Amino acid sequence: MSAMADNLLQVRDLDVRFRIDRKSEPFRAVNGISFDIPTNSTVALVGESGSGKSVSAMAILGLLPDNAIVAPQGSVLYGGRDLLKASMGELQAIRGKEISVIFQEPMTSLNPVFPVGEQIGEVLRLHMNMSGRQARARAIELLNEVGIPNPQLRVNSYPHEMSGGQQQRVMIAMAIACEPKLLIADEPTTALDVTIQKQILDLIASLQSRHHMSVLFITHDLGVVGDIADSVVVMQSGVIQEQGPVKAIFEHPQHPYTKALLACRPRLDRRPRRLPVIDDFIKGSAKAKLEERPRGTTPSDPIILEVKSLNKTFFLKEGLFGKRAVPAVKNVSFQLPKGKTLGLVGESGSGKTTVGLTLMRLHDATSGEVLFEGRDLLALSEREMMAYRRRIQIIFQNPYASLNPRMTVGQILVEPMKIHSIGKDERERIDMAFQLLKRVGLPEQSFYKYPHEFSGGQRQRIAIARCLTMKPDVLICDESVSALDVSVQAQVLNLLQDLQDEYGLSYIFISHDLAVVKYISDRVMVMSDGNIVEMADSDEIYRNPREEYTRKLLSSIPKGYELAATPT
Amino acid sequence: MSAVLQNPPLPPVSESPGLWMLAWRRLRQDRVGMVSLVVVVFFLLMMLGAFTGLIASDWAKEKGVSYANPSFLAGAENLEAKAMAAKGEGARSAPVDLSDVDPLAPRYKEWEERAAKIAVTEVKRSETLPFGGDKWGRDVLKKVVKGSEVSIFVGLAAALLAMLIGTILGAMAGYWGGKVNDFLEWFYNIFTSIPYILLILAFAAVATATGKFGKGILPIVLILSLTGWTGIYRLMRAEYIKHSNREYVKAAQAIGATNLSRMFHHILPNVSHVALVQLSQHTVQFIKAEVILSFLGFGVPVDMVSWGTMLAEAQNELVIGKWWQLFAAGASMAILVTAFSLLTDSLRDALDPKLK
Repeated sequence: MSAMADNLLQVRDLDVRFRIDRKSEPFRAVNGISFDIPTNSTVALVGESGSGKSVSAMAILGLLPDNAIVAPQGSVLYGGRDLLKASMGELQAIRGKEISVIFQEPMTSLNPVFPVGEQIGEVLRLHMNMSGRQARARAIELLNEVGIPNPQLRVNSYPHEMSGGQQQRVMIAMAIACEPKLLIADEPTTALDVTIQKQILDLIASLQSRHHMSVLFITHDLGVVGDIADSVVVMQSGVIQEQGPVKAIFEHPQHPYTKALLACRPRLDRRPRRLPVIDDFIKGSAKAKLEERPRGTTPSDPIILEVKSLNKTFFLKEGLFGKRAVPAVKNVSFQLPKGKTLGLVGESGSGKTTVGLTLMRLHDATSGEVLFEGRDLLALSEREMMAYRRRIQIIFQNPYASLNPRMTVGQILVEPMKIHSIGKDERERIDMAFQLLKRVGLPEQSFYKYPHEFSGGQRQRIAIARCLTMKPDVLICDESVSALDVSVQAQVLNLLQDLQDEYGLSYIFISHDLAVVKYISDRVMVMSDGNIVEMADSDEIYRNPREEYTRKLLSSIPKGYELAATPT
Repeated sequence: MSAVLQNPPLPPVSESPGLWMLAWRRLRQDRVGMVSLVVVVFFLLMMLGAFTGLIASDWAKEKGVSYANPSFLAGAENLEAKAMAAKGEGARSAPVDLSDVDPLAPRYKEWEERAAKIAVTEVKRSETLPFGGDKWGRDVLKKVVKGSEVSIFVGLAAALLAMLIGTILGAMAGYWGGKVNDFLEWFYNIFTSIPYILLILAFAAVATATGKFGKGILPIVLILSLTGWTGIYRLMRAEYIKHSNREYVKAAQAIGATNLSRMFHHILPNVSHVALVQLSQHTVQFIKAEVILSFLGFGVPVDMVSWGTMLAEAQNELVIGKWWQLFAAGASMAILVTAFSLLTDSLRDALDPKLK
């Protein structure tokens, strides 16, 4: 940070608006922001969804959609040029060569019909005028550099043959192929598991120092950037609330919004009764000292759901008649005490979601028993299952996909009550729907709206309200907060906790994020490759992890900036 | 949780616009779409008018001379009409005197007197008609209007029926998968392996020979829809495969919704834009197909008129330079088909949920 005056890129008064339609006023996404990216350093741009952080980054490269209006008084100075006024040709020469981007979803950013080596090679041929042979050699070198094993072989792999983490590594290899001066990473780890996230973060940090490039790291999770950023820019609704060196931001955050972002991520060492949320800080009602919530189970707890040696095997077609068995869940047994939360943690592909879906009979189990109040749900007929269906409910991961876009919130809430004949007439059902909306913290007007008019957190509240209409006993939360911003995640976790306290619900909480699981669960079950690795009370598993795999998961959780660990 | 609310819920003062409302708003912004909508509505009104007999009910009256000129071409020579007129006069004015050999000759006078008593009002056939006349002097404009009744009705009805068949089969194949899907796919493959025209002719032969489907336009609607559902089936099947694994459908299963409810209450509204676009595309296709059928002689009966029969007649007329019947039928078909296609494009844009 010695060369403060030596800025690679200067953003001045950047102002971006979007035309929605002919009549209404353009929507202001970025509202006159200014920040610098010094040479050879990492700048983190942090904010919730809709704060304008991605729009700012895309504006730098001129990658905004057609309906964007960039105000003429702003400028993005790079190497003595204003990129906002550069021609199409100039920008194309810069993109990929001097400034390159990594996107959030490696799955959709890679072309599925070309081998990865060819896709890396294309960049090299385009910008570095390399021959095919040279480009291939360099591609192998790059794959090696980003830590892909066996690069000579993997250079011929297609994207679908690689895991999500490896795909993201390929994206990074493409981005650094031409030795760019600036790397823009737009939420590069949000779609990945914690363990992979850690590896990718380490990779970006090491590449940054080795190649002396600058990195603009965009994320919604302040915790992620503590280790790798040199300076932090905090954005909220299109304006910069606070910016400064990472030490200052983490140790002495000035703006309440920054304080809130730091506080709302669940931490491994503490468990407040409620997680602090943004509103607490904006209103100034946040307490410095939060009451701790006791967690854990005792052998005398009544058991509501018991799973005995559950197995689930998928069959993949192979050849013309062949089938290959892929076991997803192997011999899983556990008990869910009434009114408690069982956390189910593991990486993608560990079989944790399959367990949840099989309990609900959304998948057919291969063998095993699911005893609910002593009756085996897997042995029931479809008709008998109907009565139990309403008592076990599930909240899915993606609130954008789990609500029918063509139904109003009212219809969504009334439908399950109609199916299960809850409430004696339409009138009573509508009344109940209104009460539930209030209970999950949504305005009454929501009843008449469609899902697309709500944000991710609000939609998850609607999904929760839909489950509550059936007054279930067991609620399966399948990665229910993973797709949400950290700040919104805190609100939804608080809501789930309140509901458990109020109605005595039992939760099976599935997540890849051990910090979240540890916060909300009484008992934690760690899964890997369809097996239970370890099961213990949540404090126990955090203090004394017995298995290597659990320790690996624990160490991957972003610590934020170490000094921030002691609250003021 | 079951306590009755003290205050009744707020009335829907600001009920959000549904997706259909939003689609309508987007469509209204689209000038091309609105113009084509107006054109299509005009044709539909014309069809309704013809159907109820409000307009063009006298299309079969022979009002003009044979191949009467259009009004804007009043001066053009009409050899056919002259020839007909000459034939008529020649028959009347050149009687050969046979009175000396004809035993009935003495009664000629009496008959003539009696004939004179009966008032014969010779209709004065007009030389020109607004858009010309056909061989029998019928008004081409009225024929076009009356023809729209058959053509548009056949197109719309066949497209609706084809969409119904395609959607139900597609939903079953896509939603259930497995054996149902296999069976329907084999059926589909067999169906599409037969050349289209051959298939139509086979159906037409059965429909007209057995006469079980009645006469008139019902057999045509059936022929076209029973042969034309395959494309819709294929698309709907793909949509259903895609949607039946979506989380909102899983969520519906989790709350206990039945298969039927998931198929048609949950998924169908989400894929209806595909079906709607297919409906309009097939309407266009079937209007054209009716023309082909009528042209080949499997179409509407001779006492009815459709754009197809008009085009079939027109091929002989074109040789003698009478282009207006071909032009009238061809142009109205072209206008309707173009407007319908443009409307389809606009509809697809307006209904695309991704654009919201």
